[in-house]
Amino acid sequence: MGETGPIAAMIAASAATYVWRGAGAALAQRIGVGGAAFEWFSCVAYAMLAALIARLILLPGGMLSEVPLIDRVGATVFGLVLFFAFRRQIFIGTIGGLAAFVALAHLRAETWL
Amino acid sequence: MSRPIPSSAPPEPPLRPFPSPARAFVGGLWDGVGLPAAVLFASAAGFGSIARETGYPAALAVLSIVTVWGMPGQIAMVELFAIGASMLPIAIAAAGANARFLPMTVSLFPLLKGGVKPWAWAYLLAHFVSINTWVALTRRGPSLPLDQRAPYFAGFSLLCMAAGAVGTAIGFALAGVLPRTLTLGLVYLSPVYFLMVFAGVRERGGIIAVLLGAGAGPLLHLLSPEWGVPATGVIGGTLAFLLDRKVLGRG
Repeated sequence: MGETGPIAAMIAASAATYVWRGAGAALAQRIGVGGAAFEWFSCVAYAMLAALIARLILLPGGMLSEVPLIDRVGATVFGLVLFFAFRRQIFIGTIGGLAAFVALAHLRAETWL
Repeated sequence: MSRPIPSSAPPEPPLRPFPSPARAFVGGLWDGVGLPAAVLFASAAGFGSIARETGYPAALAVLSIVTVWGMPGQIAMVELFAIGASMLPIAIAAAGANARFLPMTVSLFPLLKGGVKPWAWAYLLAHFVSINTWVALTRRGPSLPLDQRAPYFAGFSLLCMAAGAVGTAIGFALAGVLPRTLTLGLVYLSPVYFLMVFAGVRERGGIIAVLLGAGAGPLLHLLSPEWGVPATGVIGGTLAFLLDRKVLGRG
């Protein structure tokens, strides 16, 4: 039995991903805005997205997992502080967090940290 | 819980409708330019370099941006491809990694009702749902007439997809060439951006859901790397729903 080809892998991932979206479109047709079901799905979406983002920062895979936890969390907290200090501007929080993260990575690469 | 607004920076100009559905499409394209496209580009560049390391072909990596359109699932796909997994485990892993698209589509698409006729088109538009496009339509959709929402959503989504396709190709081409610090920054941009988006949620049920999800997500991920995040969504979302609606009430 041969290995799965790259096209077969893509078909499997595409179909498995679309199933959720298609089911969502079908359910949305039956659900009214403001009803209990709509509110429940909204809460689930928020919780799931927050869980994913927290996971990507605290327990990342790949390259980010090689960065010390304290750097990932420290840069993120720095960005959040800027975000709330500057009237919740997403751009400022994002760029601030990113700058802190890159600065920490650079300092570690130069063995200053 | 009224319609949640994830992004709520006070200095935003008032949002007005476009003159026509065609202009709404162009307006969507324009709204994608900037941070949304940059974030897509950066995380896609990270994906392109992972694809190259795993031996996944460049053309298919770019195509998977359009056909899968869900980054955690795409990363699971190339990683499992690299170890010679068969189609079923790849499908299961991608399903777990991208399960968020069900509640996201359900909570987003009521906005399109009445503007998308026949509803069969919604099954095509549902393919565009992603964090970026969900945030954009949640924010802009309510200010638009029904017939402008789907064109706006399509324009915004296509711009993001294009940025993702270009990012994947460039990430693939430059894998191992870019300085490590820069590559790390590209990979970190997407989580930190979406963290700010969800830190800006102002409506009570959404805030409770975000806090519960962020707190429990990593813990449940340790228990089950594939289904921890979806399970957190269902458990944390249900708790937030009950707290918001039944315990705290309408106060």
